[in-house]
Amino acid sequence: MTTQSPLAIEATGLVKSFGETRAVDGVDLSVRSGSVYGVLGPNGAGKTTTIRMLATLIRPDAGSARVLGHDIVKDADAVRGAVSLTGQLASVDEDLTGRENLILLGRLLGLKRPAAKDRAAELLEAFGLSEAAGRLVKNYSGGMRRRLDIAASIVVTPQLMFLDEPTTGLDPRSRNQVWGIIRALVAEGTTILLCTQYLEEADQLADRIAVIDHGKVIAEGTPSQLKASVGSGALHVRLLDPEQRPDAEQILDRELGAVTLEPDPAALSAACADADRAAEAVAELSRAGVRIAGFSLAQPSLDEVFLALTGHPAVVEHPDALEEEAA
Amino acid sequence: MSANPTTQAAPSSVADEDAVRKAIGSISRPPKASALSAALTFGWRGMLKVKHVPEQLLDVTITPVMFVVMFTYLFGGAISGSTGTYRDYILPGILVMSVLFTTVYSGVALNTDLTKGVVDRVRSLPIWRPAPLVGSLLGDSVRYLLAGTVIIVVGVVHGYRPGAGIGGVVAALALVVIFAFGLSWVFTTLGLLLRSPSAVMNAGFMGIFPLTFLSNVFVDPKTLPAGLQDFVDVNPISILATASRGLMEGNADGGDIVIVLAIAAVLTAVFAPLTTRLYRKG
Repeated sequence: MTTQSPLAIEATGLVKSFGETRAVDGVDLSVRSGSVYGVLGPNGAGKTTTIRMLATLIRPDAGSARVLGHDIVKDADAVRGAVSLTGQLASVDEDLTGRENLILLGRLLGLKRPAAKDRAAELLEAFGLSEAAGRLVKNYSGGMRRRLDIAASIVVTPQLMFLDEPTTGLDPRSRNQVWGIIRALVAEGTTILLCTQYLEEADQLADRIAVIDHGKVIAEGTPSQLKASVGSGALHVRLLDPEQRPDAEQILDRELGAVTLEPDPAALSAACADADRAAEAVAELSRAGVRIAGFSLAQPSLDEVFLALTGHPAVVEHPDALEEEAA
Repeated sequence: MSANPTTQAAPSSVADEDAVRKAIGSISRPPKASALSAALTFGWRGMLKVKHVPEQLLDVTITPVMFVVMFTYLFGGAISGSTGTYRDYILPGILVMSVLFTTVYSGVALNTDLTKGVVDRVRSLPIWRPAPLVGSLLGDSVRYLLAGTVIIVVGVVHGYRPGAGIGGVVAALALVVIFAFGLSWVFTTLGLLLRSPSAVMNAGFMGIFPLTFLSNVFVDPKTLPAGLQDFVDVNPISILATASRGLMEGNADGGDIVIVLAIAAVLTAVFAPLTTRLYRKG
């Protein structure tokens, strides 16, 4: 059953249209077994559609893919037997208790009733949901619901797990918990395909990232490769007096080159990867009498990567509904 | 008073990575669930919902119960000359109405699963494909049985004494539930086509409500204008109501029963594969 291919997912030329819209327009992916592969893109980029094709929920219009060595169309049942999906919606039954949800899945996955009960208890304990086990899921907080959702996905440990925006809408604490769970899964050898619109999330968790926009992969590589592809870091300087910006610009241009004037009239930045040269440039500014309010040397963020690749910024919505844990 | 009982305890222990790792490593994949076991598990889920959300069953039961009581005492004398006669006429009809109203909820429930993402998870499981549908409808059949039983109990409390005794009542209930099983496939199809649970509810009742009233559930069609009478006579709900009355009184027409079973079979044959296909496509 277990084909020990080094690749957990091999997709070539996946296409899916809905009416006139080509939601996925020729996506290729190669995901190494045991890794976390991030699929990064804004809302509507085609991430969910890609995941749904790979999880055998919808058929591709064109292209093909093998998941764990099984063809996603011809051998869909074999794929289903080895993967699990945690969708964007917390796909648990709100009208049942947390425990009942897990028992239900255990039974559907082939566990006998006592085994399903034991498994549910074990997972509830591990995910910090024991106290809430007997409560209806509709009374759970967003973070609890998400944890239950992930627990539901590992009632029987999958070889490959699809996670579609697992932390969207979660408060920072719940988000960190979910990240911890994902790390634990990886440590136990599960391959993870992680869709996210949060650049930080991909950076934190993924070994490799595909940046996807308008249904196409527009860049692929490790997080550091992607950052390197848009150049090195930058020295950001904020002045006390905006009047001095032309002077500062001249000096930085001489010292480092490639100066950018920022929207803030007191701020400017220059491309620079080397901390020593940055320090030298700052010293030069202050020798010339330019008064500095603050400065920093930053690596490019994935936001900048996205902007450089697509020409438009990634839409990063901050979760406005911070849910209280265990209300 | 700021009584603060149990909830304000320290934040409950949260997922810790070691426990999660242990839980992940501690299970091996069991053999696939059998088709029967998968379907029964979905039936069990339906039962749990009756337990946790009894309102849903109440919604569709209270109206018919009110109808039994109100119609019997308010209109009984005017329509049939005596409340007793009308009660005996209307009770099997309201049994039919009550169970058929409940079938709309099968579509509503399926649509809820669809909009909440439950269907996605179910569809990514390695189970017999029709299991979730067949199982849910089996569970719903228990719900139909409950709804029907409530009406009969209310009738008996108000003096209804079926001529064919318990056996007749059970046979009538069985017939109604079989018909309802067939009809619910129509609503599950609707449930997969429409956008929201409330749209399914509205469309469902828009269909079932007039059909129920334009039947012989409430009045003997003899008093109706000719065109309407023709419609009422061929309305499957009339045929079902007549057959149920017959079974409960012990003078059932075999032909009616056959027609009802045939309609249920046709509805299932057409809409069950349609529902399954739509469900598979997602």
